[in-house]
Amino acid sequence: MAGFQVSNRTTGDRFTCQEGQSVLKAMEQRGLKCVPVGCRGGGCGFCKIQVLEGHFECGKMSRRHAPPEAVEKGEVLACRIYPLTDLIIECMPLPERTLAKQTTKLLR
Amino acid sequence: MKKGVMRPGHVQIRVLDMGEAIEHYTGLMGLIQTDRDDQGRVYLKAWSEVDKFSVVLREADEPGCDFMGFKVVDEEVLVQLEKDLVDYGVDVEQVPAEELKDCGRRVRFTVPSGHAFELYADKLYTGKWGLSSVNPEAWPRGLRGMKAVRFDHCLFYGPELAATYDVFVNVLGFDLVEQVLDPEGTRVAQFLTVSMKEHDVAFIHHEEKGKFHHVSFHLETWEDVLRAADLITMTDTSIDIGPTRHGLTHGKTIYFFDPSGNRNEVFCGGDYFYPDHKPVTWKTEELGKAIFYHDRALNERFMTVLT
Repeated sequence: MAGFQVSNRTTGDRFTCQEGQSVLKAMEQRGLKCVPVGCRGGGCGFCKIQVLEGHFECGKMSRRHAPPEAVEKGEVLACRIYPLTDLIIECMPLPERTLAKQTTKLLR
Repeated sequence: MKKGVMRPGHVQIRVLDMGEAIEHYTGLMGLIQTDRDDQGRVYLKAWSEVDKFSVVLREADEPGCDFMGFKVVDEEVLVQLEKDLVDYGVDVEQVPAEELKDCGRRVRFTVPSGHAFELYADKLYTGKWGLSSVNPEAWPRGLRGMKAVRFDHCLFYGPELAATYDVFVNVLGFDLVEQVLDPEGTRVAQFLTVSMKEHDVAFIHHEEKGKFHHVSFHLETWEDVLRAADLITMTDTSIDIGPTRHGLTHGKTIYFFDPSGNRNEVFCGGDYFYPDHKPVTWKTEELGKAIFYHDRALNERFMTVLT
């Protein structure tokens, strides 16, 4: 079968990602929700993951959410990475999301 | 407009990739590119606007909004408002004429929510795009995509809403049109206007300073909003939510993202405002309905995804 297998070690989900397709897009196409979906443009940091194994190419990502030193360690945004091999990923606890919870008083 | 602030004039948006951004804002949204400067910034306008530009794109390594500018009636008002801001204790920065091409001097200041705003009196008047000012046709032919009519407003997320309100209302002469109050009576959202529109700028409470929720463009009809939704699918553009209606302002709307993750809105309709209108209040208990009138439920992405 064409494409690469992406395994999410946090949730146990597995899905196929076509060549040239972002990990987040492949996940959404399968109807999975194992990585949080934000802007899908590398801007908001919502879909941050840790790549534990495998190789990938990166598109442009906000330096605030994916600084070069983090990218080096495999901390990237799922909407802006394109697998070159099968990948094993893990969801990241997001400081931004903890912060967002305080946002609102609004939400409660 | 009681102190001479007239209308939203421009917004400068940071994008990760200029080429993709230009295609999004012109090809999909229907803005017209009017210039580019030696810093590489790209100038755009919507067709019904009379000045040379309303949207400036700047390539950067982090998306978001650099500043939003309001046009004031004339230089005399600019001098007065600058003095009023300083007297109120707001630090102002002078941005010389031509720092943005064909724009006069700007007075820049940061409000307590952490957002930068500007006032200016002069910008090159180029007239509505594609139309004569004498016996004009109904609309210009040759528009692309959603054919956005005008840059309408921005929504910002940040703290210190009360202190931000004071600058806009007490110093700059804005009116409060709609608000959201929490059970303790604290204002957690404020929609402000200098015109008959239900908002020219809006703020929602958020702990982190200076966050950008969206830039909004006006369309004429609900049919135009549905057509915008079709175009979002045709171009595989990242959708946020809609088409739907807001409780707040009652506008009919759709939200999506530019290729760098900045949220955009196109909308039509909504309430109007005269200065004798009292503020409309929504309570946080009904926040779902206030934000999305049909779903009556919040979507976490809408509340928390920001640039």
